[in-house]
Amino acid sequence: MSESSANEPLAVESSRSQLTVAGAGVKPAPATGRATRRRSGGGWRQRFEIALLSGPAVLMFVGFVIFPVVLAAYYGFFRWKGYGKPTDFIGLQNYKTILTDPEFHAALQHNLTIVVLSLILQGPIAIGLALLLNRKMRGRSLIRVLIFVPYVVSEVIVGTGWSLMLATNGAVNDLFGKIGLDSLQQDWLSDPNIAIWSLMLIISWKYIGFAVILFMAALQNIPEELYEAASIDGASYWQIQRSITVPLLGPTVRIWAFLSIIGSLQLFDLVYIVWGQYVAGTAGVSTMATYMVQYGRNAGNFGYGSAVAVVLFLISLVIALIYQRFVLRRDTAGAITGGAK
Amino acid sequence: MAATTASTLPSARKKNRQTPKSGGWGSPSTYFVALVIVGLTIAPIAYIVLGGFRTNSQITLSPSGLPDPWHFENYTNVLTGSTFWRQLGNSTIVALVTSIIIVGFGLMASYVLARYSFRGRGALYALFAAGLMFPITVAITPLYIVVRDLHLMNSLAGVILPQVGFGLSTTVIILVPFLRAIPQEIEEAAAIDGTGKLGFFFRMVLPLSLPGVLTTGILAFVGSWNSYILPLFILNDADKFTLPLGVQAFSSQYSTDTAAVLAFTSLSMIPALVFFSLFERRIVGGLQGAVKG
Repeated sequence: MSESSANEPLAVESSRSQLTVAGAGVKPAPATGRATRRRSGGGWRQRFEIALLSGPAVLMFVGFVIFPVVLAAYYGFFRWKGYGKPTDFIGLQNYKTILTDPEFHAALQHNLTIVVLSLILQGPIAIGLALLLNRKMRGRSLIRVLIFVPYVVSEVIVGTGWSLMLATNGAVNDLFGKIGLDSLQQDWLSDPNIAIWSLMLIISWKYIGFAVILFMAALQNIPEELYEAASIDGASYWQIQRSITVPLLGPTVRIWAFLSIIGSLQLFDLVYIVWGQYVAGTAGVSTMATYMVQYGRNAGNFGYGSAVAVVLFLISLVIALIYQRFVLRRDTAGAITGGAK
Repeated sequence: MAATTASTLPSARKKNRQTPKSGGWGSPSTYFVALVIVGLTIAPIAYIVLGGFRTNSQITLSPSGLPDPWHFENYTNVLTGSTFWRQLGNSTIVALVTSIIIVGFGLMASYVLARYSFRGRGALYALFAAGLMFPITVAITPLYIVVRDLHLMNSLAGVILPQVGFGLSTTVIILVPFLRAIPQEIEEAAAIDGTGKLGFFFRMVLPLSLPGVLTTGILAFVGSWNSYILPLFILNDADKFTLPLGVQAFSSQYSTDTAAVLAFTSLSMIPALVFFSLFERRIVGGLQGAVKG
C-alpha cells in the first residue's frame, strides 16, 4: 500500500498522458476521475519537461524558419541594399514593380507551365511505370532501385551532366546524327521554343522515380482479394486496372500532385545550374525563384528580393490552399490544415 | 491444325494461371519496356561516369562515344588533388552534424507532442507542420541576412543551423505518430518501476523509436548532402565549399576541360550512391511514410 502511494504522482501523470492519446484519437481510454480533476493545470515539473524537450526545436524553428519569413515581409517594404538598418520605406513600391515587370510575368508563366506539364507528363508515366513494376518479374527490385537513383543524385550533378549532354555539340545531338536522325538535332538549351521542353525532360528524369515509388507503395496496399474477386468475375487486366487500381490510387496521386505543384512553383536549382541567371530569361525557362535571386541578392537589392519572396510565397500558399480545399479535402485532413491529429 | 491449337491452348492457359502465383518470368514485352526505362534512367549517369574515362579530344570528336582507349588520368588528377577531398569533408561534416541535431531536437519535440498533454499542443504541432509550406527558397534572402548578422557567413555552422530549422518539420511529422504508437502499458510499467517521463524518454523511447530515428536521420542527411541554394548564399570561400558548390565551381573554372569536369562530377556522385544503396529501404520507406503520415 505504501508503495502505491509513493508512486501516486507518477500514476496520475501516466493517466493524464493516456488522455493525451485519447485526445489524439489514436486510442480511446477511459478518463479516470483523478486525471480529469487535474487535467487543466500541469504541474511545474511537467512544464519544465515540456520546455526542456521542445525548447531547442522551437528555438531553431522559430529562429531560422519563422523569423526569416516574417523578416522578408518586413524588408519587402523598403528599398534596402542589405547594409545597416533598412530606413528607406517605400510602402508597396517593390510589389508594384514586381507585378508590373514583364520579366516577372514571364517567370510566373514559366512556373505555371512547369506545374501543368509536370502533372500531365509525369503523372501518367509514373502510374504506368508503377503498374508495370508491380507485375511479377525477375529483377524487379533492382529496377526499382535504379529508377530511384536520379532522385538521390544532387541537382548540381544532374544539371551539370544534362547541360553537357544537351549542348549543341553534345552527346544527344551526336547520337541523333549517328543513327541518321539529323533532323532531330536542336539547340536544346538556347532555343526559346525548345528549352522549356528540355527543362521538362530533366525535371521528369530527376523526379519521376519519386512518384513511381509512392504509387508502388499505394499499389501494394490494395488488398489482393479485390483483384481475385474481379478476376473470378471475369474482368480483364485493363478492366481491373480501370475499376480497382486507378480509383484506389487516387489519394496517393492527389498528394503527389500537391508536392509536385509546390515543387514546380519553387523550382530553382536545376534552372540556375543549367542555364544560369542571365540565360534563363532569354531561353524562356526563368522561374520566380531565379528571378528572385537575380534581382534580389545578386543585384544587391535585398528589399526587392524579399518582396519577390513574399509574392512567391503568397502565390504558392494560395494555390496550395485552393488545392487543399477542393482536391485534398476528401482524402484526409492534411497535415498542414489539420493541426494535431 | 486443330491438333496444334488444342495442344497449345491449355498449356498457354496453364502458364497464365501460374505466373501471378509463382513469381515467374512475366511477359517479354514487360521486360522490353522495363529495359528501355532502365536504359533511359542510367544513360545520363553512364555518360558522366564514362566521360570521365575519356580525353577531351575523344569527347570533342565523338561526344556520345565510349572511352577508346580508356584514360584514367582525369580521375587520378581529381583524387590526388586536395579540392575534392576537402569538399567531401565539408559535405560530410555539414550533413552529419545537421542530421544529428535534427534527429535529437526533433525527437525531443515529437516526444512532447506525442505523449504530453498541455494547452497549446495542437498549436505547436501546427507550427511545425506549417513549416512544410516554407521551403528554404522562399526564406533564402532574409535567411542570408540573419546568418550574416550572426557572423556565421562563410562558416559551416551558417549552413548547418538553418538546415536544422528547415528539416525539423518533416522530422516531427514522421516521428510524432511513431512515438504515439509506443504502447501506453510500457510507460505505465516504467512508471510503476519508478521511472519518470524523462527517464522513460531516455530508457525506453530512444531504443524503441530507433527505426523512425534512423529514417528521419537518413532523410535529413540526404537532404543536406544535396542542398544547393543555402550553401550558395552562405559559403563564398572555396575552402568552405560543399560538394554541390564544388562541382559547380569546378565546372565553370575548367569549362573547357570537359573530361575533368565529368570525372569530378562522377566522383562526387559516389558518396550519395553508396549511401543510397546502403539505406535504400529506409529512404524509400521513409519518403512513402512521410507522404502518407
